[in-house]
Amino acid sequence: MITREDVKKMADLARIELDASEGAALAGDLERILDYIEKLKEVNTKGVEGAATTALVNEFRLDAARSFENSAALLDAAPHTEHGLVSVKKIIEK
Amino acid sequence: MNSRIDLNTLTIEETRARFQKGDISARELAAIYEDGIKQKNGELNAYIEIFEDAFEAAEAIDARLEAGDMPRLLEGIPIAVKDNILIRGKKATAASKILANYTASFDATVIGRLRDAGAILMGRTNMDEFAMGSSTEQSVYGAAKNPHDTGRVAGGSSGGSAVAVAAAMAMAALGSETGGSIRQPAGFTGVVGLKPTYSAVSRNGLIAMASSLDQIGPLAKTVRDAELLFDVIKGKDPKDATSAEYEARSSLHEKIVIGVPQEWMRGDGMDADVRTIIERAIETFREAGYEVKEISLPHTPYALSVYYIIVPAEVSANLARYDGVRYGLSKEGANVIEGYFKTRGAGFGPEVRRRAILGTYVLSAGYYDAYYRRASRVRRLIAQDFENAFGEVDCIVAPVSPRPAFKLGEKVKDPLSMYLEDIFLVPANLAGIPALSVPYGVVERDGKKLPVGVQLIGPRFGEGILFDIGKFLEAHS
Repeated sequence: MITREDVKKMADLARIELDASEGAALAGDLERILDYIEKLKEVNTKGVEGAATTALVNEFRLDAARSFENSAALLDAAPHTEHGLVSVKKIIEK
Repeated sequence: MNSRIDLNTLTIEETRARFQKGDISARELAAIYEDGIKQKNGELNAYIEIFEDAFEAAEAIDARLEAGDMPRLLEGIPIAVKDNILIRGKKATAASKILANYTASFDATVIGRLRDAGAILMGRTNMDEFAMGSSTEQSVYGAAKNPHDTGRVAGGSSGGSAVAVAAAMAMAALGSETGGSIRQPAGFTGVVGLKPTYSAVSRNGLIAMASSLDQIGPLAKTVRDAELLFDVIKGKDPKDATSAEYEARSSLHEKIVIGVPQEWMRGDGMDADVRTIIERAIETFREAGYEVKEISLPHTPYALSVYYIIVPAEVSANLARYDGVRYGLSKEGANVIEGYFKTRGAGFGPEVRRRAILGTYVLSAGYYDAYYRRASRVRRLIAQDFENAFGEVDCIVAPVSPRPAFKLGEKVKDPLSMYLEDIFLVPANLAGIPALSVPYGVVERDGKKLPVGVQLIGPRFGEGILFDIGKFLEAHS
């Protein structure tokens, strides 16, 4: 059973502000979706290794910085910049 | 203007021949398409933006052709691009409020390849927000309409790209798939759509939804056109570590063997007239001397359950980047955390919120084993089902969708019923194998003829097999 409180908790973890009316509807949706998903329990998965991807290669590359020739566009996209850097709110209080 | 040009039948190779003969110029062709777009887009809502610089690109191509250069593979071909694929200097919104003012700073790898092949980019096409949906009704720009009945959906999430091709507003288009988002709208609008093998096409510059599944692919009028586009965009790219060198797999048998999955064809899983069309396709294969075999894919009935665990889980991680700090919508809060809540609260639409929250749930402490771990194991079993099947058959035939295009508004309030539309589509995504949607017949609903797609599923890197069989179906429809 998914409650409005569960939804609120998950939305908090996902950093999404919900409208006051939204929680109940989302709880109902999630309840129905999770109900459907339940049938996975029928499958015997003992000893099966999970597949996180179907890509066959495990590609390695040098952990080296590359320069990007259009960095001005990146800075243009940021809502706040200072001296060619993206500025953010202070996160550590004294 | 050239009156002998019928955009409904004009193919890429014919266009190339006409350019070489000097029958028409790239600029003239672009102008014909633009007229069509201006005439139809108000009603169909296929494009979010039409590029002003398409004519400049066309003129540059005409200059090359006049100088006697050999036409490149897609020389002067007007192509529409789904709005989650980055084009340098153009907006890329993924039909989301959170990216409404975002301008791409680089070309996606596929866009670079299209440009190198001479393609003309006509504009950005409509889609479900962040490619989450099966009808384009989740677009912040409103739904695209099905040209066969404008009261019905175009399918999704690449609905705008499908409509652009179906209504001759582009000769071909790029879309993207995570779970059916090319094949389903292709089926609903009567065009060809390919979901390539995972890792056949670079994802660099594709706005991520679920990275272990996302793949860019073509939509076109004919199988041959889709093949030409695929040939241009495929191949290894150092900027996508999951992309691979393309090593084509061909048929294992002297005589093509077609598999029919018994689990998908039994019961009342599809409309009766859709079933009749699939059976007719199977009969056509038999008559042509193909061997048709019943096969079993025992774990695929669980594919949709697996999909709606893995996708939301990956979505919840991929969407973490929309923080209002580096790009996109940014709402002020009293502190940085409150800023995140306000930005994401205002920027994400209903289906995106639903999936982000569901994804957070299935990954959260205490549920991870029951959901994500179990789903990734069943995903392996599904991939093995297909591997076993492709030991004995070259290609699997199936419906694309259980029924033709549904009505606008019919399913949008009931997410689970929308998800169930993709029941025959997501198995191929989970297994990472290619699948092609080919228009094959029509059914009638409310006095209107609606297209139905036949799906052909192949082994990894077996696109060539699908194109061959797809062309056969096309010729016998």
